[in-house]
Amino acid sequence: MDTGTVLRNLLTLAWLLPLAGFVAEIYALQLRWSHRLSKAPAQLAVACIGAGFLCSLSALLYWGNETKWVGFAPVEHHTPAEGLDGGDTAPADALRPDATGGEPASEHHHQTPKFYAGTFYKLAQFGPLEITLDWYIDSLTLVMFTMVTFIATCIHLFAMGYMKDELTEEYEDHQVHLPGGHHFTRPGRFHRFFAFLSLFCFSMLGLVLAGNIFQVFIFWELVGVCSYLLIGFYVERHSASTAANKAFIMNRVGDFGFLIGLMILITSLGTFRFFDVTTADGAEQTGLFSLVRGDDGKLDISDDPSVTKSVVYLRDSHGHRLVDGTTPRTISYLLLIAAGLGVFAGSIGKSAQFPLQTWLPDAMEGPTPVSALVHSATMVAAGVYLAGRFYPMFPPEVLLGIAYIGCITLFVAATIAVVATDIKKVLAYSTISQLGYMMLGIGVGGWAAGLFHLVTHAFFKSLMFLASGSVIAGCHHEQDMRKMGGLRHKMPITAYTMLIGVIAIAGLAIPGVGNALFGQALAFSGYHSKDAIVASALAFSELNRNPLHNILFIVPLVTAGITAFYMFRLWFMTFAGQPQDEHVYEHAHENPAIMTAPLVILSLLAAGCAIGGEDGWLYCLLSFSETVPTVDRFTSERVASIVIPSHLDARDVHGTAGGLALLAAFAGTTVAYLLYCRKVVNPDDIRRQAGGVYDFLVDKWRFDTLYDVAFVRPCHIVASWCQGFDQKVLDVVLHASAAITIVVSKWERTFDEGMVDGLVNLIGNSTTNFGRSLRVVQTGRLRQYVMWIAVGVVVLFAALFTALPK
Amino acid sequence: MESVGLNAYLFVGAVLFVCGIVCMAIKRNGIGVLMGVELVLNSANLNFVAFARYTPLGLDGQVIALFVIVLAAAEAAVALAIALNFYNNHLTIDVDRGSELQG
Repeated sequence: MDTGTVLRNLLTLAWLLPLAGFVAEIYALQLRWSHRLSKAPAQLAVACIGAGFLCSLSALLYWGNETKWVGFAPVEHHTPAEGLDGGDTAPADALRPDATGGEPASEHHHQTPKFYAGTFYKLAQFGPLEITLDWYIDSLTLVMFTMVTFIATCIHLFAMGYMKDELTEEYEDHQVHLPGGHHFTRPGRFHRFFAFLSLFCFSMLGLVLAGNIFQVFIFWELVGVCSYLLIGFYVERHSASTAANKAFIMNRVGDFGFLIGLMILITSLGTFRFFDVTTADGAEQTGLFSLVRGDDGKLDISDDPSVTKSVVYLRDSHGHRLVDGTTPRTISYLLLIAAGLGVFAGSIGKSAQFPLQTWLPDAMEGPTPVSALVHSATMVAAGVYLAGRFYPMFPPEVLLGIAYIGCITLFVAATIAVVATDIKKVLAYSTISQLGYMMLGIGVGGWAAGLFHLVTHAFFKSLMFLASGSVIAGCHHEQDMRKMGGLRHKMPITAYTMLIGVIAIAGLAIPGVGNALFGQALAFSGYHSKDAIVASALAFSELNRNPLHNILFIVPLVTAGITAFYMFRLWFMTFAGQPQDEHVYEHAHENPAIMTAPLVILSLLAAGCAIGGEDGWLYCLLSFSETVPTVDRFTSERVASIVIPSHLDARDVHGTAGGLALLAAFAGTTVAYLLYCRKVVNPDDIRRQAGGVYDFLVDKWRFDTLYDVAFVRPCHIVASWCQGFDQKVLDVVLHASAAITIVVSKWERTFDEGMVDGLVNLIGNSTTNFGRSLRVVQTGRLRQYVMWIAVGVVVLFAALFTALPK
Repeated sequence: MESVGLNAYLFVGAVLFVCGIVCMAIKRNGIGVLMGVELVLNSANLNFVAFARYTPLGLDGQVIALFVIVLAAAEAAVALAIALNFYNNHLTIDVDRGSELQG
């Protein structure tokens, strides 16, 4: 078997195992394999996802071994001179689409193909539109599979402890009040929770494995459904069901854009596939990436100076322009931008970017393991993953849009996190903020940096969510940080693993102790990835002369400080200082090993997964599958003047950016320490001083109010109009027509009874009467009959003789 | 030998017929009625035989007459059986008493 087949088999197994688990778990009770008090469903779920992790990991290692570990080490970068002259000679990092199933086709540095791809099954064919289930495996897929399955395994384990309350026949939900002062009770839903978790993992893995954009859309929606089910897990709580609806509806807004993007792609490019395939009759069907990017990863734009008229020539995998007869096949540049923006709109919804970010904090209504899964490895990661996977299709103008969306998001969310007091809400806003960083990284050309942050963030954010879940479980479902404090004495494992996560996300580092092993600085994973993003942003803002683009560097830098501040604020308020609420503190306790063990494992990875920074294995692995080479700068003058920086540009400013970011992080940490640990200034005083700003932030920048005014209320108004129309017009018409029908029916009844029945009765009656009258003749007297016969004969003869002609 | 002619036979037949009809109509005795029937049948036979002699009907008329005689015998047998039964049931053969066939 060749490498591609082995990888496909391993990843397919990892992908389908959770589905099998889901089916078994959801029917476990009905088919009596299990009972409500059994932990078997959870064990099955852990086994499925754990086996999936082993498959993914072995796939990653197998791939590494087959490719001589070429993807794990830094790639030599070309000198700028070599990169810039590259008109005819394709750069080393060029997209090498070698199509079906991994024939090594590269004649350049890498003897290994960039990716392996193929088709599982053809679902349908509508004329030229082909809907298939494809697979597409490159190092990004492998890393995502390993990361998702690993984190999901940890979360499953944690959930076995966290959800044990549900192992009962009568679960009393203390947050649902029934009239009469009772609490709502229902049977526990332990097995259902794990079934949904398994389905969630299946959907996310399918999304990562997908080889065409339509398949991505299918699993995209499946992920949405699973998040809906899990956020609304406590469906009897009004807040939970509302939050689930909100998450689903907000995502629909983004998906609308996604659908438009898909329609543009299918009408202009005629395919959904990422990769090229050779059909059975030898014809080559060019995939999306090759169509737009050719063989050298560049857009082949016409020289027309006007934006509306410029077109992108479609090319095949050898870089030749495709022709349709004699006219070259093209796509309008504006359409390409529209398609990119449309697909990115989907990412905005899924990854909770501005302006669709409001669903994510509400999604905290789900159980904490769900929050951990949604916020690290699955739901929100899907948006960033799509933006990364679809990167070759984004022209620079779209990338600029992505960068600005990310920039706005990361700042808005970070400021809200500063004032949040619910421990999970702080983490939720921090997730939005970090997702903004990822989008910013992708938008400013730091493709690998953005996805690097996606992976490192997944580790430390799942760690922190599980830690917060541990706190919540330990404090008997108290989530308000103002009632905590000093908990590190009660739950040391949770506290110190959480501290590792906090340091990682804040990006603290000890500069100057860098060596070959640790890269530039001794730091946890968050420092490296955030550093890479900030460096890309700095390179971008330096290369673009537009002073506005400086925002793209300054805002993330400031936000890095805010991030450090609110994360340490969370830690200090929860674990340090004096207990604020005796009752909570008295009852707080460390959780059993099944909940703390995942914390320890995750904290090790949160600390060390990015070891070596941008020369480390993780970053190298990700940048190995970079589909658009950033060896050269890329300049676009079409809609706006944009220069996408190259790797070298980012590398040049790396020191500056890293130093500034570190400075900001330390500043934020210091302020948090002074305010919340030393209590130099009482935070309440500051709150009173800046009341307006504080209220504004507590109200989440009034986005919910804005949407309420802009969409919900108009909706209600239109609905009430419609209701009025229904009642005043439609109902009247309906009632009138009903009345008319009744009247007409009455007439008809009269007619039926009088005319139709009368006619039939008349015929019947007259027949009877006639028969009765004939009865008289039948006297039964023989002699009379004889006389009649005689008379009859005489009459007949008389008639005969008179009638017959003589 | 000079023949009396067809009309004479027809006349006698008609008289016999009318006698038979009148006999059927006025006799209350069932046997009387049967006699009337015989008269009617025989008047018809007379006509057939006369037509056989004087018209091209030929031998057919005589054969029909023979059939009628056979039929009359059968009819008399049946009718006498009815009369006997009627008497068994009503102790009379007065036909006016037998009005069960009244509608």
